[in-house]
Amino acid sequence: MASLRRRAVPYLLISPTVALIAAFLVYPIGSVAYYSLQNRNLTRPWADGFAGLENFRRMLFEDELFWQSLGFTAKWVVAEIGLQLLLGLALALIVNESFIGRGLARSLVFSPWAVSGVLTTGIWILLYTPGTGVLRFLGQPETAVLGNLDTVFPAVVVTELWRGVPFFAILLLAGLQGIPGELYEAAAVDGAGRVRRFRHVTLPHLRDAIVLATLLRSVWEFNNVDLLYTLTGGGPAQVTTTLPLYVAQRAIDSKDFGYGSALTMAGFVILLFFSLLYLRLSRFGEER
Amino acid sequence: MSTDVAIRPGRAHAPQNRSRRRPRPKRDRGRVLRLYVPLGLYLVFTLIPFYWMVVFAVRPSGSTTPVPWPITFEHFETVWNDIGYAVFFRNSVIVGVWSLLATTVLAVMGGYALSRFRFRGRSLFMVVLLCTQFIPGAMLLIPLFTIFKTLGLINNLGSLIVADTVFNLPLSVILMSGFISAVPFTVEEAAMVDGCTRLRAFLAVVLPQLRPGLIAVGSFAFIHTWNNFLFALMFVSRQDSFTIPVGLSYTIGEYSADFGALAAGGVVAAVPVVCVFAVVQRYLVTGISAGAVKG
Repeated sequence: MASLRRRAVPYLLISPTVALIAAFLVYPIGSVAYYSLQNRNLTRPWADGFAGLENFRRMLFEDELFWQSLGFTAKWVVAEIGLQLLLGLALALIVNESFIGRGLARSLVFSPWAVSGVLTTGIWILLYTPGTGVLRFLGQPETAVLGNLDTVFPAVVVTELWRGVPFFAILLLAGLQGIPGELYEAAAVDGAGRVRRFRHVTLPHLRDAIVLATLLRSVWEFNNVDLLYTLTGGGPAQVTTTLPLYVAQRAIDSKDFGYGSALTMAGFVILLFFSLLYLRLSRFGEER
Repeated sequence: MSTDVAIRPGRAHAPQNRSRRRPRPKRDRGRVLRLYVPLGLYLVFTLIPFYWMVVFAVRPSGSTTPVPWPITFEHFETVWNDIGYAVFFRNSVIVGVWSLLATTVLAVMGGYALSRFRFRGRSLFMVVLLCTQFIPGAMLLIPLFTIFKTLGLINNLGSLIVADTVFNLPLSVILMSGFISAVPFTVEEAAMVDGCTRLRAFLAVVLPQLRPGLIAVGSFAFIHTWNNFLFALMFVSRQDSFTIPVGLSYTIGEYSADFGALAAGGVVAAVPVVCVFAVVQRYLVTGISAGAVKG
């Protein structure tokens, strides 16, 4: 009896978490699958009913915005992750050195991590608006960078970099701190210069951290809706609409739950691929 | 300001009476190029947007000077009283604090189970926690809206507390189990041998040593909840239930000509997270790496 009670302890401890996850994460995923086969639009309740694969047919064969959003999602994630990896690695290497004021420098460069997507939008609108922004100091006084097809992509990428690089740097800094200092000393004794120490000591040890940070951040940028929703609203001409942003707009603005759910299923397929990759890699990391 | 702090050491401590170390000045120049120049540039990139927001918030409308003087608080009065940030702020604090408490308590329970017990289903639980990190709130807006409508929680801050807690939980549990594992089991065991129950041993011996973990997990939960925009936008449509991010998004839309109000609203939104960040940033590197990278 006593041993039965003791065996029940861990299950009791995790039960609230399991219940919450089941009710508000697992069940909703199941219901998305169900809705995706339905006509369901809050603004047109009389037309609700079973739709079969109609939503998917519309999505795959008639909805150009779906394919366009997939294309932009890929472009967005690749650009963001590539630049965040480069800048984040550089930043992590810099603040890993010892110098006076390092603690303060770290807090300052990491601080945008705590800023929300909406607040980032608010701040960068002030910077980008013609006449009031900072671009007039760079000789571009009249360009509305967010409304122009040529400039909107670099503008949103830079904005997200401001908020995204710190987290990448934090993840990589944690990896850097796990490298034993003796390795650098040994390499220096062997006559390895700065560049060779970086290539042969730092990079190999940082590999796992880089792979996992890249993967985590890719998923995060894929899912990132707040910033684009408020900064560009997916425009101009829908060129900055990612798939999750498209889903959110369907849910929030047009209340078309059936079709939005079909779009969500497409997103899940992509995320599932990333999750499996992540699980494989994180288990791979544990064994070593 | 901080670039001064960063640049000073190389010059201030230039070796003068140690003739043996001649190459030092040359190394210093390399260090300036390698370290302080890029760091200074990056600091400019990081800090100018913050500075710009503060400038807009404290200078009178119509002024375009980059250095505001004299400063005014009229924009703060506008957003706080007229636009209703006093209410948004109160709502955000309510949601943030309840979600922080719920997340922390549940994370301690779940983390303790993961760290101290080897039970059947443990690895399945871990896998579920890892995978749910990947589920975006934006994709679940539709079903969650339906659930909260059934529960009668639309336009109720309760829906935000529940939803934010659920999305904070997976990472928090993993983080907390890492912090609990760092407290050696032997101290707890010793207390139990002395006659404490498991719960009393935990409260008396483990909990006091868990302070960094509690601060880290609580702060992450608060920051995420404070910043969450889409749930509040979807589940709440009455203005007296708006949270700060929703209020800010309306300020962006409706007051797009009034940059003073937008900037002052931004400062109101930033102050609490900046304060929490100042507390938590010491644990950022260890905390995040324990949870997110190692799993």
